[in-house]
Amino acid sequence: MKVRTQGVTVVLALALILALALIVRQGTSTGQSLPRDLQELVQARKLTPDQVRAALQTYVPPGQYDEYLMFSSGGQSGQVLVYGLPSMRLLRVIGVFAPEPWQGYGFSKETRQVLGEGETPEEALTWGDTHHPAISETNGEYDGQFLFINDKANARMAVVDLRDFATKQIVKNPNAASNHGAVVSPNTEYVLEATQYAAPFPFGYQPVTQESYNARFRGLATFWKFDRGRGRIDPAASFQIELPPYWQDLADFGKLESDGWVLMNSFNTERAIGGTLQKQPPMEIGASARDMDYLHIINWKKAAQLVAQGKGRVVNGMRVLPLQVAIDQGVLYFAPQPKSPHGNDVAPRGDYIVTAGKLDPNVTVYSFKKIQEAIKARAFSGKDPYGVPILAFDRVVAAQVKVGLGPLHTQFDDKGNAYTSIFLDSAVSKWTLGPPYKNAAEGWKLVDKISVQYNIGHLAAVMGDTVKPGGKYLVALNKWSVDQYRNIGPLFPQNLQLIDISGEKMKLLSNTPVGLAEPHLAQIIPMDRVKAWATYPQPGTNPLTMRPDPQAIKAGQARIVRRGNTVEVWMTAMRSHFTPDRIRVKKGDTVILHITNIERTKDAIHGFAIDRYNINLSLEPGKYETVTFRANKVGTFPFYCTEFCSALHLEMAGYLEVTP
Amino acid sequence: MATGTLQGPVRFAHPARMPRRGRLPLLAAVLLLLLSLVFPYWQVTLYAPQYPEGLRARVYLTHVGGDAQEITTLNHYIGMPGLDVAAPLERRLAVPLVLLSAAALLLLAARRLPARRWLQLLLRLPVVLLPAVVLADLAYWLWWMGHTIDPTAPITIEPFMPTILGRGGVMQFSTSATFGVGFFLALAASVLSLYDFARGRARG
Repeated sequence: MKVRTQGVTVVLALALILALALIVRQGTSTGQSLPRDLQELVQARKLTPDQVRAALQTYVPPGQYDEYLMFSSGGQSGQVLVYGLPSMRLLRVIGVFAPEPWQGYGFSKETRQVLGEGETPEEALTWGDTHHPAISETNGEYDGQFLFINDKANARMAVVDLRDFATKQIVKNPNAASNHGAVVSPNTEYVLEATQYAAPFPFGYQPVTQESYNARFRGLATFWKFDRGRGRIDPAASFQIELPPYWQDLADFGKLESDGWVLMNSFNTERAIGGTLQKQPPMEIGASARDMDYLHIINWKKAAQLVAQGKGRVVNGMRVLPLQVAIDQGVLYFAPQPKSPHGNDVAPRGDYIVTAGKLDPNVTVYSFKKIQEAIKARAFSGKDPYGVPILAFDRVVAAQVKVGLGPLHTQFDDKGNAYTSIFLDSAVSKWTLGPPYKNAAEGWKLVDKISVQYNIGHLAAVMGDTVKPGGKYLVALNKWSVDQYRNIGPLFPQNLQLIDISGEKMKLLSNTPVGLAEPHLAQIIPMDRVKAWATYPQPGTNPLTMRPDPQAIKAGQARIVRRGNTVEVWMTAMRSHFTPDRIRVKKGDTVILHITNIERTKDAIHGFAIDRYNINLSLEPGKYETVTFRANKVGTFPFYCTEFCSALHLEMAGYLEVTP
Repeated sequence: MATGTLQGPVRFAHPARMPRRGRLPLLAAVLLLLLSLVFPYWQVTLYAPQYPEGLRARVYLTHVGGDAQEITTLNHYIGMPGLDVAAPLERRLAVPLVLLSAAALLLLAARRLPARRWLQLLLRLPVVLLPAVVLADLAYWLWWMGHTIDPTAPITIEPFMPTILGRGGVMQFSTSATFGVGFFLALAASVLSLYDFARGRARG
């Protein structure tokens, strides 16, 4: 009996081994049975297995869609760049602070109005330095409805509607010369910008002397109130907090446990003013003298209340909470922050604030709870020259993690890890957060580091600054590309690198050159969270109001009406004709064209250009736009459709006669 | 059930005693007929490389829906009239005529009319013939569209008869035409009316 059982066991075991062997054989043979032409391709291109894997991971076959959208700042182009991930294909450039002819941005009356907001025609700005895109949030998560982006050069903030991916509003900060950052509160009540470079307050002329700088220059935290229903910033409901003349830089809104607070870094707390020709230290030396700068800890909900109670004073139409009131009312505290910080990011649960000093090899992690306890206990190590209380460093710090030389910005994943860009080392460091993300033994440790090419600035992980990070991918936004691309002249492209962060080790997947500007920050959102329109859903929609315009017309209603020196034309665009196709005006007339694209089919887009009149519109299906110009050039000018719309696209044309 | 009471002249002397079931075919026909107003009777789908999802013209008794505007836009290249031009009278009269036809059936269902055969048949006739009439009218208008080609159109094509059912093609488009739900509802109403007539005759 016993022997029999053993016999059965032996047979079963043999069968199992045979089966396993078969499976393994099958496995290997499948691997080896990669078609010969593919093997040859891999060999001919000298690809490593990792590269082949990366190629397969990022390849999006024709007709299939990317999984994520990345909104990247367009740097000096003044625009916003939209990429698909993981392919890293550029899907769109959104015109924001500079004219963008393809989109007719800055040519139609509607978009000229947006682009010119806050400007007088003689000093119209035609560029911007976009730095920080911020997707609107609901409960601390990206909701994909709006995008905000700042113009560092001119202290402006823009609102992009993500239904039609078009800029709807630009507001100009009346009291600041420059700005840095755009971050939204967890429910997008406010969009915050810091001043970056301190300037005379109120803005105007003040001499650059130490005395004048200390007394008359100020920084500002500007809270733009966002009216989600209207999709516009409401400057009248916005407010500012007056700050000492340090260079306030990047900020993050607290969330969950730290909701109601803002954390903002600053540098040049030395208040250096340069003076190289006056034998004073250059700005970079003067501004890097001290070992610590100040993390600004701002109770914004309290500030908003105080302003609502009339504690602010109105400066250039903006309500400003004075520095002294902010100090007296417990709105503003400082905490020392290691040398020349740049970046300041709140962990997903809102419990930790990660900051990095460019000239310090550590990230410094503050505990929000400790900050609150220190404020309650009045655990101050001193006051700054303006009387702002400084919390004792060791009372508020939770941890310091050595991550490499020149740490800058931090993003998070869904597994309790943080990723910090390391500028001097040209690397991304992955390190663990402490409890409750990881247990005490595993927390606050550097766990991986990957080289990037080269000089990384910001980095963006999938929803990496929200309450629910997505993990999976991270994009390194590198300032230098050096040898990564065949040089085509001395202006080198920036280099975006896609990194797989789904595993324990980070893996570099792809390089993407940015051939038009220097992007700074980007944000990555799952594609399905953005509900973009394919056509304007209601015929004759005015892109500013996003409603049918009373001046929009239907087929058969086209007409030309003269009133005095004004000629108004109601025109339709439709494959493949403009109606009317002949317009006659007199020299000096004001011409107003109301053009409605009466198409309802997606991608049936028409352009409208008039030769020699610097006019080009983009008319997407269902869109209504206006163009107004003075007919000050005599001649017979062709006008035509600039978007290849149909087989008879070239025939979609007409003449504008301007008679002497 | 006392079927005996349904025999003979009693049936017309006391119409209120008619079992409800007896009126069901006609009432159902009325319902289906009215329902057919909100469904397309005929539908054609056009496929071309740049329209991967296809373009659909849904022909209702009252209007043409679906991608009618886009098809009209495309038609102008070959000089074919727009879809909104065809059958203007039919589209305007569709609702009143259908309502009248339904009213006639309701009149029959009320069982208050004399059992004259010709009257019974006449009142049913509009509903019975509707599918055939629609089909014939559709065929006429398709022929008209295919033979009313503007000679000044950018693209010159020979006059043609568009396909009523099944596959066809014009230029880079392949087409596929089918009856719609509305047509089948009307057909069912037609069959039900005939069935009721036949049943009445059998009983009478």
